[in-house]
Amino acid sequence: MDELLKLLRKNALESPANMAKMLKLPEKEIKAKILAYEKKGIIRGYQAIVNEDQLDLNRVRAVIEVKITPEREGGFNRIAARLSKFREVESLFLMSGGYDLLVFINGVNLKEVASFVSEKLATVNGVVSTSTHFMLKTYKDQGVLMEMEKEDERLKVSP
Amino acid sequence: MKGSKSPRNFIASHLENVPKSGIRDFFDIVSTRKDIISLSIGEPDFVTPWHIREASIFALDHGATAYTANLGLLELRQLLSKYVHKSFGINYDPVSEILVTVGVSEAMDLAIRAITEPGDEIIYHEPCFVSYAPVIIFAHGKPVPVITAREEEFRLTPDLLEKRITGHTKALVLNFPTNPTGAVLDRNDIEGIADLVIKHDLLVITDEIYSELTYDGERLSIGALPGMKERTIFLNGFSKTWAMTGFRVGFSCAPPHLTDAMMKIHQYIMMCAPILSQKAAIEALRNGHSDIIEMRSEYKKRRNFICSSLNEMGLPCHVPKGAFYAFPYIGDYGMTAKEFSLRLLDEENVACVPGTAFGNSGEGFLRCSYAADMDDIKEAMNRMERFVKRLQKK
Ligand SMILES: Cc1ncc(COP(=O)(O)O)c(C=O)c1O
Repeated sequence: MDELLKLLRKNALESPANMAKMLKLPEKEIKAKILAYEKKGIIRGYQAIVNEDQLDLNRVRAVIEVKITPEREGGFNRIAARLSKFREVESLFLMSGGYDLLVFINGVNLKEVASFVSEKLATVNGVVSTSTHFMLKTYKDQGVLMEMEKEDERLKVSP
Repeated sequence: MKGSKSPRNFIASHLENVPKSGIRDFFDIVSTRKDIISLSIGEPDFVTPWHIREASIFALDHGATAYTANLGLLELRQLLSKYVHKSFGINYDPVSEILVTVGVSEAMDLAIRAITEPGDEIIYHEPCFVSYAPVIIFAHGKPVPVITAREEEFRLTPDLLEKRITGHTKALVLNFPTNPTGAVLDRNDIEGIADLVIKHDLLVITDEIYSELTYDGERLSIGALPGMKERTIFLNGFSKTWAMTGFRVGFSCAPPHLTDAMMKIHQYIMMCAPILSQKAAIEALRNGHSDIIEMRSEYKKRRNFICSSLNEMGLPCHVPKGAFYAFPYIGDYGMTAKEFSLRLLDEENVACVPGTAFGNSGEGFLRCSYAADMDDIKEAMNRMERFVKRLQKK
């Protein structure tokens, strides 16, 4: 992966001036490259990684394994695209193995998730079965540990 | 009992003449401060990659708590043999030419002690790692520093070296990339040095602990040149490459008679390197290649950042080609390196090691380690810029 993308994935708030120094490129070029990535849709957005467990939101997150019947033209794509449009769906992946789609849901409460599954998801034409798992605690999300790291334990000066 | 007679001085005189490490001095001052940003740390800020730590835990779970063979676990030596061949192009026999040690620190001590007789001169290049001169003195040898210069990016050139070779010279210690300057030699330098070593029938002890952290240029070990394996002790370790300083494990590669001599000391004073650390080292060599690539690319960005920041604020700094230290020149402000670093600490709470900790020739320089969190580096650069601006106003 391009070093610039790596830097942005680590910290999207990094200033172009700093990235220019790190990569030994002119700042103008950094800005132009970012713009190009955005235009091409390679960079799809910028978000904060939030530890929701600390917020006492009482929201419910669930992962649903979905089996579907592939269609003659388009395979899994039509159904996947259709499911993606639901506001409740946070992420959606096509999987190999025992089921076809893995759907991440974020709901206000248990009831909302339950009704989403039974009324919206399960009733989509082509969905054969669903299996819902609720998430209890987040330890690591998008490469970031949710527990704050301990302080630097190294000596303050060493050879 | 008559208790009034005071005991005589029991300390050996050759030891008393070795000054306390400048690093230790500076540590004593820094440890009294709170909320400082430290760029004074000579070890990676990464923790050891989890798969390596886990291998050590697994070994402990399974009762790996005993001594190992003096030379180290055979499996580890076999992996080391492959690794050194692949990364440095030198062939060493795992049974007779590789010794696992308690860090490069022990390996350096063994190498020096194995070859040094009273009065033998051992040449090394300076500014350099703190332990070379003391270790040579402890072995009753004579340390002979060659001073390298900023103008030549602290490279050891054959010319500089030749001037210090005498009839008593026994060996040459090399450390490239260098702590504290980040210097790297090019092929010409290395070939020229090898010619001199062969011409004067010398031995080379090459401390390659930073060689995996080479960012630009060719990486060439002197031991790989024709005719040099026979006169080279190759030292390397896991401390920097895999962020394993606390594991205390390193290794030495050398022809059988040299390995035997080092082993003689090692078996009586150390027995073996800790088994759990050897187990961790096995995992690092087996599955740790991508760790190196990741760390190297991270350090390189930090290096670029810190060097251009230092240069912009008015502290001229060559771009080091390896290790994780920037070594800016601070001699334009009418202060010694020590004064400069103490004022920087007092006024801005940033700790950088005065260059003099690495030999007198480090006067006028500061060692800024970029083995630190990127946010800390940024903040440290802001503070140093403020500090330097104030100095420039006066
Ligand atoms: C040049 C050099 N050699 C050797 C060492 C010691 O390494 P080890 O941890 O393997 O004893 C260091 C550590 O700072 C070093 O910088």
